[in-house]
Amino acid sequence: MHLTLDEQIRENNVDNKLLEVKGLTVAFKKDKVVDDISFDIFAGETFALVGESGSGKSITALSVLRLLPNNAKVSANQILLNNESLLSIPEYDFCKIRGKRIGLIFQDPMSSLNPVMTIGEQIAEVMKIHFDYSKEELTPAVHKLLEQVEIPEPQRRINEFPHQLSGGQRQRIMIAIALAGKPELLIADEPTTALDVTIQAQILELLKTIQKKTGMSLWLISHDLALVSTMADRIAVMQKGKVVEIGSTNHFFKQAKHPYSLKLLAALPSMDSCTNKELKKIDNNETPLLKVESFKVYYPIRKGFFKRIVDHVRAVDDVSFELKQGSTLALVGESGCGKTTLGKGLVNLIPTTAGRVLLNGIELNQLNGDELRQKRSVIQIVFQDPFASMNPRMLVGDIIAEGIKALHSDINLVDRQQRVANLLKQVELPESSALRYPHEFSGGQRQRICIARALAVEPKLIVCDEPTSALDVSVQAQIIELLQKLQKEQGVSYLFITHNLAVVAEIADEVAVMHKGKIVEHGHVEQVLTQPQHPYTQSLLDAVPVLAD
Amino acid sequence: MIILWTDTLIYLLVIAISLAIFFIGKQPQMRRPIKKIGASKTGMISLVVLIFFVIIGLLDSVHFKSTESRTHEIISLLDYWAKPLREQGEKTYSAPFSTQLYSKETMTADDGTTQWGYPRLKFGGAHLQNPEAEWKMDVFTKALIGFGKGAGLFALLFIFFWITLHKNHEHFFANPTSKAVWFVLFTLISKTYMLIDLSMYYHVFGTDKVGEDVFYQAIKSIRTGLVIGSLTTMIMLPLAIVFGIMAGFFRGWVDDVIQYIYTTLNSIPSVLLIAASILMVQVYMSNHAEDFNSLIVRSDMRLLFLCLILGVTSWTGLCRMLRAETLKLREMEYVQAAQALGVRRGAILIRHILPNVMHIVLISVVLDFSGLVLAEAVLSYINIGVDPTTYSWGNMINGARLEMARDPVVWWSLLASFIFMFSLVLAANLFADTVRNAFDPRRAD
Amino acid sequence: MIKYILRRILYALPLLMGVNILSFILFFVVNSPDDMARMQLGQKHVTEQAVQNWKHQHGYDLPLLWNDRASSNKKMTETIFYQKSIGLFLLDFGVSDSGRNISEDIKQRMWPSLSIALPSLIVGLLVNISVALMMVLFRNSYLEFSSIVLCVILMSISSLFYIIGGQFFIGKLLKLVPISGYDTGFSAIKFLILPIVISVISGIGSGARWYRTLFLEEVEKDYVRTARAKGLTETQVLFKHVLKNAMIPILTGVVVVLPLLFMGSLIMESFFSIPGLGSYTIDAINSQDFAIVRAMVFLGSVLYIFGLILTDISYTIVDPRVRLS
Repeated sequence: MHLTLDEQIRENNVDNKLLEVKGLTVAFKKDKVVDDISFDIFAGETFALVGESGSGKSITALSVLRLLPNNAKVSANQILLNNESLLSIPEYDFCKIRGKRIGLIFQDPMSSLNPVMTIGEQIAEVMKIHFDYSKEELTPAVHKLLEQVEIPEPQRRINEFPHQLSGGQRQRIMIAIALAGKPELLIADEPTTALDVTIQAQILELLKTIQKKTGMSLWLISHDLALVSTMADRIAVMQKGKVVEIGSTNHFFKQAKHPYSLKLLAALPSMDSCTNKELKKIDNNETPLLKVESFKVYYPIRKGFFKRIVDHVRAVDDVSFELKQGSTLALVGESGCGKTTLGKGLVNLIPTTAGRVLLNGIELNQLNGDELRQKRSVIQIVFQDPFASMNPRMLVGDIIAEGIKALHSDINLVDRQQRVANLLKQVELPESSALRYPHEFSGGQRQRICIARALAVEPKLIVCDEPTSALDVSVQAQIIELLQKLQKEQGVSYLFITHNLAVVAEIADEVAVMHKGKIVEHGHVEQVLTQPQHPYTQSLLDAVPVLAD
Repeated sequence: MIILWTDTLIYLLVIAISLAIFFIGKQPQMRRPIKKIGASKTGMISLVVLIFFVIIGLLDSVHFKSTESRTHEIISLLDYWAKPLREQGEKTYSAPFSTQLYSKETMTADDGTTQWGYPRLKFGGAHLQNPEAEWKMDVFTKALIGFGKGAGLFALLFIFFWITLHKNHEHFFANPTSKAVWFVLFTLISKTYMLIDLSMYYHVFGTDKVGEDVFYQAIKSIRTGLVIGSLTTMIMLPLAIVFGIMAGFFRGWVDDVIQYIYTTLNSIPSVLLIAASILMVQVYMSNHAEDFNSLIVRSDMRLLFLCLILGVTSWTGLCRMLRAETLKLREMEYVQAAQALGVRRGAILIRHILPNVMHIVLISVVLDFSGLVLAEAVLSYINIGVDPTTYSWGNMINGARLEMARDPVVWWSLLASFIFMFSLVLAANLFADTVRNAFDPRRAD
Repeated sequence: MIKYILRRILYALPLLMGVNILSFILFFVVNSPDDMARMQLGQKHVTEQAVQNWKHQHGYDLPLLWNDRASSNKKMTETIFYQKSIGLFLLDFGVSDSGRNISEDIKQRMWPSLSIALPSLIVGLLVNISVALMMVLFRNSYLEFSSIVLCVILMSISSLFYIIGGQFFIGKLLKLVPISGYDTGFSAIKFLILPIVISVISGIGSGARWYRTLFLEEVEKDYVRTARAKGLTETQVLFKHVLKNAMIPILTGVVVVLPLLFMGSLIMESFFSIPGLGSYTIDAINSQDFAIVRAMVFLGSVLYIFGLILTDISYTIVDPRVRLS
């Protein structure tokens, strides 16, 4: 008889259930955010709970540890940890579960660490609560743990504060804190979402090694199916508070049944999409729409008694590139590489230090005051956070019409309303949206409104600053489709700023890779993504989690 | 009719507040916080109490020249109605509901014999033949009658509203908040009526050193407290909003100059700044006595000036908050998007920045109000508050404080000012809490 | 660090200049020195000669801002503005309008002020923090609710009532401590207890409420969740993590008022007849002694600006994230 892997695991581990959850329900007021879910986690396995934002996956983990705020109503038929009922443990004894038997890692390591305690203190604290270490033993134990999570120079770091470390190192500290109690189960709640791709890969690698070494179970909570595929033994998919599908990873990726799982799988942007891309007909002799020459944005570092400028932070350092009419250039890089600064500099939202920007024959950054204002319609920008990019106190119609009003004051009210209606149609929103407020829309819809706002002044070039990274995967795909459609219809060009290489493969014609303020590689999308020349591009590509076959 | 300077400003303020309520009510995103206030029991109760005080204050802000008295002194509508209280004074101290003076003196009886004892009051309980025997019963029945009249008035009002608002029965009558509001209205109206009825025959809070009715003083002080709380805010708001937003939005040298101004003002201890300014005003007024001929005009000018000074010393806090918020807002993506769309800076300020800091302004206005009412008392105590002839709780306390050493103690002035001031400040504080909970985005559900 | 402090002190100079100009305008432009002389000498029976004498004695017989009659390089210096400002900047406050040496007075009266203000601040801080911590520990319970109500009630009572009530019940009825007065040395303690107790009680309402919001803000932060996930009990979380972080705004808020404690409390000192700087100021205000009021305004600003510098320094000490630059 041939058993699937899932069944094999189940066969071998019948008595080996580490965590057993049955009928867990969490409600805030009347809203059930987790609705009657059941699942098991076996000893030594990696179990992944996958779902989009708001599906209730983090709440599930927090409710097991009783870490939810008081207004949450948690009920469950059964929660067993190693056959011991967690539900019957009184609150004053529950401290012996948290941190000791179940460890927890959060998404944002910066805010999750106490800013005014040294790293050593924060790790030692766990050991002091749960074990009887003497004072002399404590420091070496912390030291050892820091080594285990591969923190360089542990003897120095032990006395440092969280803000003195990098994001990746902070997450390693979080892991060390979670490991300090020697837990049987480690819950990792989106452990890499706040980190850059290359760091993300390192942290995942670390989690894997530690799990192998200690034999504990890992409960991974993530929205990223690709990442999960490289890590998990079993996957559970959550949607609107319910577990809709649960099974072994292999099984899931080959034979997922539930429509929602299928939708998630289909929405996964794939790196392969660049290979069979039809080449756009672009006349190479045509003058480029955008021509950037040795563009620089420096921030002064002031020091000393008179605050003299001693040096500069080179946010964008001598960047040159061209962008052709109707095409898309993707600007790729990790956080802090200067890609957003470059984008805002091009739109003239921040002062530039040096360089020539020739846009549709105009040098925008040489203009000032009213002249600049009048010419602004050529280049527009769409921001990352759809919640912060619209004035909450304005009607959507007024938001879209704002640019028309400012730049074409000759257009009368009726025509303006007609144009707003057309724009809404173009971004596939109902006309009635004009009379509603931004907070009534979802993230994806808001991003559509932002695109409509940018389109309203008929720009030649739109700078898209991570327009999809705050959105769920399925919505991401829709926005990209919309952008592509608009490009085809109106011939608008995009400068697409992103850290997500899969999205690049999807949308870009050309790619420029940015690293420490400079463009290190620039070329056609297929060429850059399949045959990277620069080592940095290579490391970026290597770090992308690819669906395990 | 005579309009004093503070009256003008009060009328302006009333118009401004009505307009503000009208416009806020029209904006849909304001409905949620307003609903939240409407649903809060403490919020609505304190609002009712506040409105009650405001009505008294407004009645006291309609001034005209009295035609009855020879002197043609300036009186207000409230004075007109409270004529018995105002005019029927005693010789000196008398306890609440007392029929006799507080101190012994030589009395000459009808037959010419003199006697050392407590003389009867000219006004308090003068209708009683035999005070010792009748007094208790009389006070009780008078109170009951007053209470009954008040309850009757309330019943009429209630029936009127019941009929007119019946369509929204659920909204105005059935939920717990509206029930509480009706109950508070009932107690307020009936108790007020009871006090009014009683004060026709007795001094309900006694009389002070010169025999003036303390109840009258306490009521008259309401206007002073309200004026200080509200006019100061009106003076400080434009300064704080304009400077705060400009500093945060334009940064650079504008920010430097504004920061310099408010640090300078802040660094001067505010009591001393107020003291210095009030001293100056006093000297100025005594040197230009011809411009301030009437006592009431004089004290009104001083009240206005006090508001002005308080406004100048208190705008810095809100200004700092608005500057910080504007600094945050100007980096918001919607402001940058507007910039990219070529919207003028003035339009960005008015359309994007100002509406998004208004909740901070609103919260700080209601929070400051009670503090200012309390500050008035302290300032009056050190003689740098309102004019000593102005009725104010601070002046009442100040006058009564010196009598604490007397035995037995003269306590009623203190009690009256305590009750009135405490209920106004408590209502204001509770209302401020409700407003803050409703408008603070971090406390949104 | 030293560079930073030096620069801050340099920045303080224009501020103090502003304060000086402002107080000059208030005191000399609205009123002429003649007015002041008449006020000091009494309104009646003042000869012109007496006024001139008084002005000369107190250095007010010079032009306000510009001396036309003086030699060229003294046109600026031989003026009231220059003469009086220089004295302030050198912290030499000169002679009061009634003829006393202000600097001497300040030196003498500083200590009684401090002996009330400092204990009040420290005890008040401890009481407020403990009350606030208790409210946060028992949050969402009736205990918290009633404490909040009590706080609102306490803060709705004017401080004057606390003083009058305290003096009446503790001093007069119970006769536990003297109602008012002051003594030198350790015998002052019995006079200090009542004002300190009263100022602590009158501050509980607003203080505890304010600290509660600070604590609640911290409690909602992510690191507190981490601390709970580590297995700490609620009390441990509160004392080890929340308190430590919330102490930063609390301490720096206290530091800024520390220098101002020297100025004393106006009402406390005058109610309890304590010969401190607060009652000194009140007396000056009541007797309309401009020289003293002006000196106190300037001293107050100096102390406030000093407080601001101290605040910045204290931030770098208590908050590891802040570095001076």
